[in-house]
Amino acid sequence: MLDVRGIQKIYEGKGRTVEAVRDLTFSVGSGELVCIVGPSGSGKTTLLKIMSGLLQPTAGEVLVEGKRVDGPPPGMAVVFQEYGRSLFPWMTVRENVELPLKQKKLPAARRTELIDESLAAVGLAEAHGAYPWQLSGGMQQRVAIARAVAYEPQVLLMDEPFAAVDAQTRADLEDLIRDIWHRFQVTTLFVTHDIDEAVYLGQRVLILSSSPTVVRQDLAIDLPDARDQLTTRSSPRFAELRAQVYSQIHRPKEPAGEPASGAHPVAS
Amino acid sequence: MSVLRRTGYVLGLPVVLLVSWWFLSANSTDFFFPPLSRILESLREEWFGPRLTEDVWPSLYRLAAGYAVAIVVAVALGVLIGTSRIARGLLEPVLEFFRAIPPPVLVPIFILFFGLGDGMKILVIAFGCMWPILLNTVEGVRAVDSVLSDTGRVYGLSGWPRLRHLVLPSASPQIFAGLRQGLSVAIILMVISELFAADNGLGFAVVQAQRSFAVPETWAGMLMLGLLGFLLALLFRIVENRQLAWYHGLRRAQRSN
Repeated sequence: MLDVRGIQKIYEGKGRTVEAVRDLTFSVGSGELVCIVGPSGSGKTTLLKIMSGLLQPTAGEVLVEGKRVDGPPPGMAVVFQEYGRSLFPWMTVRENVELPLKQKKLPAARRTELIDESLAAVGLAEAHGAYPWQLSGGMQQRVAIARAVAYEPQVLLMDEPFAAVDAQTRADLEDLIRDIWHRFQVTTLFVTHDIDEAVYLGQRVLILSSSPTVVRQDLAIDLPDARDQLTTRSSPRFAELRAQVYSQIHRPKEPAGEPASGAHPVAS
Repeated sequence: MSVLRRTGYVLGLPVVLLVSWWFLSANSTDFFFPPLSRILESLREEWFGPRLTEDVWPSLYRLAAGYAVAIVVAVALGVLIGTSRIARGLLEPVLEFFRAIPPPVLVPIFILFFGLGDGMKILVIAFGCMWPILLNTVEGVRAVDSVLSDTGRVYGLSGWPRLRHLVLPSASPQIFAGLRQGLSVAIILMVISELFAADNGLGFAVVQAQRSFAVPETWAGMLMLGLLGFLLALLFRIVENRQLAWYHGLRRAQRSN
């Protein structure tokens, strides 16, 4: 479904070039829910922008269903971290969800159907006529998710969508993502810096190194499919997986030979 | 109670000024400072009489036409300059020069080309009041939020729909700021364009009254212009509040967080 091949990104500045991403190769199968986790400044956003066709890579290519991405592909939706800057403040919730559907030239009846379904799915069936800024942060992000889902994408990209909401809301939204993924069977790529979130949500977790970025490990999450905040997070397997991801992310920073817990090489 | 108090604040000073003017000028025999009662009488008889159709309407028509032309040209040009680096590079120096020309100076030149009719006056108004609109549109268009812009691209918004649903609404608070400045310039130029060569209009009538020593009419004309400017500003506020309701709401929401 989504193939990322040998992506490299070098930013050319004045007398200074920064290699943000060195070499990323991975693929995401149809209907998968994959989390990408990496430390701050690990080029996660750069990678996401390249995958969504908003940024040209220096080398390598991204394929969606075998087609090379060189501009935002039609079958892709993105949920950005900055929900407050991603929804159109001059449009109501309903108009925000509807605008992309109009661009797809869907007939009005189908648009209504998709809007009602997606807003109900994110628990905002009552908020059609509100403006985004009248809603709380978590609700605004729900609108952005509804807009993405209503678009019926082949691939749904999420760029740290819950980094700016409070902890309780965040837990609710994580469950919402699992729920939506189950319900709409959409291939989902979820970028986060939060290790727990990545392990809790994903079927697979791609662990990135710090910049210049490479894939450190592609870890399968063998937790049961039915997850909930209480039992899943307190299960021993969750703790093990979490520790694995943690050790991978923190590996390069520990001097070799020091017997810190994160320094052990981990088999996957 | 609070409504009463606010009305009191709004009307207080104007009432005090008018009443003082009324009594201070009541027994005036000075030819140049006629009693306010005389001025108001002239305002009623002349300005709200025959002059309303003979002078006020033609002025308002030219004002509306010039303002409309300015809006269309300035917003179109502003969007072009704001979105295209090439257009900006090419046009900016020329526009800086034109902007530096005081618009009243154009009246004699425009008379040469366009004669004394409405066309000349409309062009003077349009030319003078387009600059604040243009500059603000450029700024507004350039300041479209990057995440909003990315969102638009991801969801296939391009060309005209992008302009209509993303760029123009996003720039509209800035554009309205330009429109407000443009309106006051337009009113000034409406009067000035009628001072030089005209056979009707507010500016013409005031000068005509002054030259024929019809002092109360001159004063009344000034009051009429003030009243007109006030009403137009009020009308503008109503339109702006409707169009930018989302923006004011957004700002309030951001402040309370």
